[in-house]
Amino acid sequence: MTTTPTLPVDRQDERLANRTGVRGAITGAIDQIRGGDLGVLPVVAGLAVIWTILQILNRGFLSSANLVNLLMECAATGVIALGIVCVLLVAQIDLSVGSVSGLSSAILGILFVTQGWNVWVAVILAVLAGMLIGFIYGQIFNRFGVPSFVITLAGLLSFLGLQLFVLKGRGTINIPFESPLVYFAQLAFVPAWLSYVFIVVAAVSLFLVGYTTARARTAAGLSAQPIQLIIVKSATLLVVLGLIAFYLNQARGIGWMFVLFVALVLVMHYMLTRTRWGRSVYAVGGNVEAARRSGINVRWVYTSVFMTCSTLAAIGGILAASRLAAASQSSGGGDVNLNAIAAAVIGGTSLFGGRGTAFAALLGIIVIQSISSGLTLLNLDSSFRFIVTGIVLLLAVTLDSVSRRSRTSHGRA
Amino acid sequence: MSIPTIDQPASAGRAEPRTSILSLRGASKSFGAVAALTDIDLEVAAGEVVAIVGDNGAGKSTLVKVLSGVHLPDAGTITFESNQVTIPTPTAALDLGIATVFQDLALCDNLNVINNLFLGRELRPGRLDEVAMEVRSWELLRQLSAKIPSVRIPIAALSGGQRQTVAIARSLVGNPKVIILDEPTAALGVAQTAEVLNLVERLRERGLGVIMISHNMADVQAVADRVVVLRLGRNNGEFTVGAVSPEEIIAAITGATDNAVTRRTAQIDLRTASSLDKEVTS
Repeated sequence: MTTTPTLPVDRQDERLANRTGVRGAITGAIDQIRGGDLGVLPVVAGLAVIWTILQILNRGFLSSANLVNLLMECAATGVIALGIVCVLLVAQIDLSVGSVSGLSSAILGILFVTQGWNVWVAVILAVLAGMLIGFIYGQIFNRFGVPSFVITLAGLLSFLGLQLFVLKGRGTINIPFESPLVYFAQLAFVPAWLSYVFIVVAAVSLFLVGYTTARARTAAGLSAQPIQLIIVKSATLLVVLGLIAFYLNQARGIGWMFVLFVALVLVMHYMLTRTRWGRSVYAVGGNVEAARRSGINVRWVYTSVFMTCSTLAAIGGILAASRLAAASQSSGGGDVNLNAIAAAVIGGTSLFGGRGTAFAALLGIIVIQSISSGLTLLNLDSSFRFIVTGIVLLLAVTLDSVSRRSRTSHGRA
Repeated sequence: MSIPTIDQPASAGRAEPRTSILSLRGASKSFGAVAALTDIDLEVAAGEVVAIVGDNGAGKSTLVKVLSGVHLPDAGTITFESNQVTIPTPTAALDLGIATVFQDLALCDNLNVINNLFLGRELRPGRLDEVAMEVRSWELLRQLSAKIPSVRIPIAALSGGQRQTVAIARSLVGNPKVIILDEPTAALGVAQTAEVLNLVERLRERGLGVIMISHNMADVQAVADRVVVLRLGRNNGEFTVGAVSPEEIIAAITGATDNAVTRRTAQIDLRTASSLDKEVTS
């Protein structure tokens, strides 16, 4: 057997199909999808279908100008959905994100406009209020074992009441157009050249991370991604993002607020996949008892997740108020709550816990805003929007349940 | 109908002097009015497999929970490596070097083998060192001659025996001195049971003290050096495997030579005898 080269340590089992190179990666991916590990595939496919239909119904839908707007609309609710992804990962729920975002915009409006405080002090206090709310949820959840559904339902009502109370008699507080917040949310766009720089940086970082990981793995005697595959991936990212940016730059381009949202998604992705905290979040969502027995501080994980969610909800509230240039009694009301939760689920976060990624918030909110924007272009009112969003949500959850069953039968969690 | 309880401790086990790693003296634990454990003594040495047997409700699981830091004993002393210790939490037990593999294994189905092995003990918390963890995972699994095709597949994809192996491998991550296995073969098939028993032997070869709870006399006879019998929360005999028959152990478990097991054996003997009689007469 002199012809057989020594296999990497993790490839020595004879039962493993020997998949190497780019071709092996593709067969592996197909196997994964067959096994019910769909990843982002359903939501991307769903988005393609929705965009095709809406484009047929209205020629203006896929225009640069409309897409620029659509992405700007995504940011506020998307940030809230990012927090929902976290709570869903530990198999809990936060129903109060809408109220918390409304309360945070009310705090911002009163402190910054009515009281005339420094804008950043007002922003920081609004965010701290969100953090405190999450901390309180975590304490009630850990100490008394009240289901998060009930705690946050109570929160939904109480904080809505608090928002109505502090805004009583003030009506709508208009945030001045000259303020940095409104400028940031409505008028600040990334210059075309800078957007391409960002994209090149993203592609190069993807390549470097992939390359250094592959080198470290080879050095440790493990199998590694072939360099061709890493190049193909990075090049694909470069081309796809480049084309998107080019198309958006035909109109106003990419808003800084959307860039902030994407940055938060990337930070959350890192936190969830590359830190001990992220691992414990998935572990608590998968099997709380196992997590507890392996020495994870389960209470702290719950508290930190509730705090993350409420903090992101408060940030979302600030972004929404800035975008609207106003804080009112209806801020954060209506469909904000439902859209944020629906976005997380449509994006592929499992309601059963322990499954989902930060990108679910990004993809999910784009689906929801596409429906919203497309139906608005068709001059259909919110009744239709609710119906369509509801159906898409149901489809997403059904897909989650079905793929869960398929995963069980194919031996994937 | 005499009811001879077997009280005398096995003297043969004490003959060869071994350094005890973990010993429990006079441990008691009550839950309200129920005394789950009364004055229990237990000792395990390095490179020794001690089996704890007993009927349902004999206190085996409570004993495990006392040693693994889930319950604090009401009375008694625990000595670990000649120091008297208290084990208030599961983490304290792990820190001392007592690892427990619970019957339900406590693995996260949604995480892969590496993540489960290093759960709560990940290398480099702020930027996980995946490569080092994978290398170490393979080392551990190779040491146990574990038959796991890939460490990057989720636990849900593994068979019962493989999961048991992962659970045992996980208990080795922190380099413990004593491993407690709660019913390691209860849910396993014939081949998988054999694999787990091989694994227990390898743990002994590595010089660990192993405490194994089992209902299965065949498994106990196969791997254990000593058998400690619990009955109604008390020590009810200690035997050296090889110097004792399964019947004697069962007698100690049930507290009588005349018990359901012996009666059943007698019945079967009777039946075969009578059928033989019939054959003779016809």
